[in-house]
Amino acid sequence: MKVALFIPCYVDQFYPNVGVSTLQLLEKLGVEVVFPMKQTCCGQPMANGGCEQDSKGVYEHFVETFSEFDYVVTPSGSCTYHIKKHYDIIEQTPAVQKVRKSIYELVDFIENVLKIEEIPNSFPHKVGLHLSCHGQRGLRQANASEITGVRDGQISKLLRKLNGIELTELERNDECCGFGGMFCVTEEAVSARMGQDRIADHLRNGTKVLTGGDVSCLMHLEGIVKRQNAPIKVMHIAEILNGNQP
Amino acid sequence: MNHPDHPELAEAFNKDFERTTWHDETLWFVRQKRDKAVYPVPEFQDLRTLASEIKDHTLSNLDNYLIEFEENATKNGVKVHWAADATEHNQIVMEIIKNSCKVEGRNARLVKSKSMLTEECHLNGFLEKNNIDVVDTDLGERIVQFRNEPPSHIVLPAIHLKKEDVGETFHKHLGTTKGEKDPQILTEAARQHLRGKFVATDVALTGINFAIAETGSFVVCTNEGNADLGVNLAKVHIACMGIEKIIPKLHHLSVYTRLLARSATGQPVTTYTSHFTKPVKGKEMHIVIVDNGRTQQLGREDFRSSLKCIRCGACMNTCPVYRRSGGHSYDFTVPGPIGAILSPNIDLHKHKSLPFASTLCGSCSDVCPVKIDIHVQLYKWRQIVGQANELPAAKKWAMKGMAKVLSMPKVYNLSGKLARGALRILPHGLTHNQSMNPWAKARELPDAPKQSFKEWYEENRK
Repeated sequence: MKVALFIPCYVDQFYPNVGVSTLQLLEKLGVEVVFPMKQTCCGQPMANGGCEQDSKGVYEHFVETFSEFDYVVTPSGSCTYHIKKHYDIIEQTPAVQKVRKSIYELVDFIENVLKIEEIPNSFPHKVGLHLSCHGQRGLRQANASEITGVRDGQISKLLRKLNGIELTELERNDECCGFGGMFCVTEEAVSARMGQDRIADHLRNGTKVLTGGDVSCLMHLEGIVKRQNAPIKVMHIAEILNGNQP
Repeated sequence: MNHPDHPELAEAFNKDFERTTWHDETLWFVRQKRDKAVYPVPEFQDLRTLASEIKDHTLSNLDNYLIEFEENATKNGVKVHWAADATEHNQIVMEIIKNSCKVEGRNARLVKSKSMLTEECHLNGFLEKNNIDVVDTDLGERIVQFRNEPPSHIVLPAIHLKKEDVGETFHKHLGTTKGEKDPQILTEAARQHLRGKFVATDVALTGINFAIAETGSFVVCTNEGNADLGVNLAKVHIACMGIEKIIPKLHHLSVYTRLLARSATGQPVTTYTSHFTKPVKGKEMHIVIVDNGRTQQLGREDFRSSLKCIRCGACMNTCPVYRRSGGHSYDFTVPGPIGAILSPNIDLHKHKSLPFASTLCGSCSDVCPVKIDIHVQLYKWRQIVGQANELPAAKKWAMKGMAKVLSMPKVYNLSGKLARGALRILPHGLTHNQSMNPWAKARELPDAPKQSFKEWYEENRK
């Protein structure tokens, strides 16, 4: 099994620890991971901005970088969704089809490829889980409240099995944080307000550590936490599963 | 012409923090009511699929079903009219009124129950200019009509107003006591006022929720009974519908009535689900069937399924952006996510910011009772806005630049390093300058680390 690690551009530049934790976690789980040095980005920022035609070069570069691998694992539901869903505008060569099939979000890979249901770590903290929309509704990694009242999903399953952990029961379990790519600056007022409302829900219900599957949502939420000096530590799910402590 | 775009209007809406909180919570309450009505129905997801498939089938055979509907309605004694656009629609309605009501010494009088189509066609203003008195009889519609505002929601037209605002409006227009805000008293004042209008009317106009091809009959859903009251008191009934309101058979109807009220307000069924088939002896019934851009949308493969919409408003109630920007920020008859995929078909230039008034969270698509893939269509409209050269120039060139950098690993690595270096060196006041960096208005930037992951990997793992 040839497994490549894809570290999205903004994680590479601003959250290298998330990359390190993802790599270490996969290695602890017995996976031999290759990190292709020429990787850059999945192309989503431009495409969501209405310029997917401009992204074609980035898509092709991504495919060229990763097509030799059986699995491409990344700590991002959003990039995974973009590659699966929107790489339909370039010619569907066998390499493109292969990459679109082999790209996996980290937790999905752990549960559904490695078939690992429990990671024997302890994390004795009150943890609030932010479901990223692209992971939840895009990749169907968690139930959506529009469909069912049962709150369950891949990330919460793994989290619940950590020793000593307590998960926050939120008032709005799956409301978007308001990051939305370029939306966070083009619709700054609504974006910021959405993030503030998410943080308020976590604060009211006792979250001490805020986590999730997408660094983009977490970067936006952390920006608000820091501005408000709120008593919340933000960690990506890879860091928690890797055994890092807040 | 320059129109204020969604971000500007949304920013203005958000200036009042408390009111934004109230608006968000009010609509979230409706969304929760919807959930409570939906979860106990085990076959709800099957109903959505069925409703979606019936509409898909109908849209693919729309020409035949429309003709079947016209034939059957005509047999029932109803007069059917066809309107290519809003102008024709308004003209037809006016002529029906002028021909059927020969009133002397006063204006002809029309009572209307809720119809988003007539809002879309700007019928009220047109009729008033032609000396016809128009009274909207849905309570929310009457409130916004008094205030000379468009509805801010398709099911809850005055949801942007608090009871204090309604009290003020009624004080001005209905003479209620100044400062009165008791909903019971205000509603009673509206009721008495509207009774007078109902009794004195010449013509009643209603929308159509479902038009049944097989029977030539149609169904109007309301909670206030205002459509029925108007129709039964007036000599003439005019019902206006977009071409997409057709369903093939009567037995398809229950699929939609079960979905509509649950999705809209969390009720098992609307209080009034009224079937109209033929005019009462001595009275007239007219149906106006309107295109107004719909066939153009039907011809757009990526967007035709937007015509499946049954106007329940669930996508507005669930949309975190709509809840925090208000219906008027969309500046289109149908606001919210569904409006953002319908409006570019009508005027791409004017509504170019609407497909971007979304985080693409997908909640709208999951809540939609007829399974319109709204967030997918938002993404696709964005590409059309981009291709039509309607993006702001700065954004367009930034995107092109970014795309170049991200397809060249060495340039990407270097740019990242330089940017992080700059962020570490520059003073906080500069990097977080609010006029240059919208991110920093309410958020801190992430700390810029010395090493990227790549640099760490090269140092530690190679």
